Amino acid sequence: MAYIEYGPGLPGIRGALAFSAATAKPLCELVEVLLHGPHTLTPAEREMIATYVSAQNDCHYCQSCHGATAAEHLGGRPSDYELVSQVKRNYTVAPVSDKMKALLAIAGEVQKGGKYVTPDDVAAARRQGATDKEFTTRCSSLQPSACSIDTWTVSQPGSHKIQKSIARLESKRHGWVMWPGTGNNHSGQRPANSSK
Amino acid sequence: MAHIQLSEELPGILGPLTFSPDTAKPLLELAEVLLRGPNSLTSAERELIATYVSSQNDCQFCQLSHGAAAAEHLGGNYDLIDRVKLNYEAAEVSDKIKALLAIAGQVQKGGKQVTSEHIARARQHGATDKEIHDTVLIAAAFCMYNRYVDGLATRQSSDRDTYREMGQRLAKEGYVRTRNPAVEAA
Repeated sequence: MAYIEYGPGLPGIRGALAFSAATAKPLCELVEVLLHGPHTLTPAEREMIATYVSAQNDCHYCQSCHGATAAEHLGGRPSDYELVSQVKRNYTVAPVSDKMKALLAIAGEVQKGGKYVTPDDVAAARRQGATDKEFTTRCSSLQPSACSIDTWTVSQPGSHKIQKSIARLESKRHGWVMWPGTGNNHSGQRPANSSK
Repeated sequence: MAHIQLSEELPGILGPLTFSPDTAKPLLELAEVLLRGPNSLTSAERELIATYVSSQNDCQFCQLSHGAAAAEHLGGNYDLIDRVKLNYEAAEVSDKIKALLAIAGQVQKGGKQVTSEHIARARQHGATDKEIHDTVLIAAAFCMYNRYVDGLATRQSSDRDTYREMGQRLAKEGYVRTRNPAVEAA
């Protein structure tokens, strides 16, 4: 059971967002720009980074929701879901690019703490072609944001039930600034940077 | 030296915020509503929670800038901020704030470290659902801000006096205003 009273039927972060609309707005806007805004990294890659960090934080809701979103961006096939699982288990041997592996390494360091990121980690990412923007936006905003939201979500136990179908439809179709239960309306339109 | 090209004139989070205005906007709006929006917890109390978490994360820029903001909200009581960071249980703050700082400290370790006992203690001292929610979110958000600042190895001073003017500006003007990074860095 969650520690505070949330509305019925709202799992994970959705209950917390519905509880506090004033903070929900900038949180959702941040996630939208991080995961769907114009970028050289695809939404699938960015969702993958968020998923990996959430798995490291052992946040069931966030890793499931964003994992499903990453898989759907890739095509939604069983093999896409399996790729996400592989990355969570051991990204160093998963079939993702060397640049992604270097960025995931940085993400893993940020998850432990900002000071764990070393110049060697950064150099390794740069050798694989990572840019300043890819490094900062993905690895020093996204990962800490995921840590932030994971800690916020998991600190409210009992709210982790998630239906994969809801995660697939809601997050992929609507993006992150159209959140049911928070008073937003569904436009039915895909995010501008959706890969489908 | 920072891990990416940031303006050397801009310390701490100011460099990354200027580098990436599209993420800066919601980050600053979140800080504004969390720390200064209408709330039964005062801005001083909320800045104190942010400062405590930042000190637990050993982030110099964040603990000193928000510590200065907290102190300025309290009329310049910097000593109290130091005592809270050192040992809030023995500091001159209310029992409710001590209970909320305990929750914040657990969130800093990890969300699942918050137990029903921590919540019960806060409720015993009058904490409301919103105050508990906001404490958890402030702590979680500052784990993010701290990682952002340190993850890029931004330039940070450990001299508390250099943050006094920044604290006064934050206490008076907040986080969402016409910003001139050069003024803020001075």
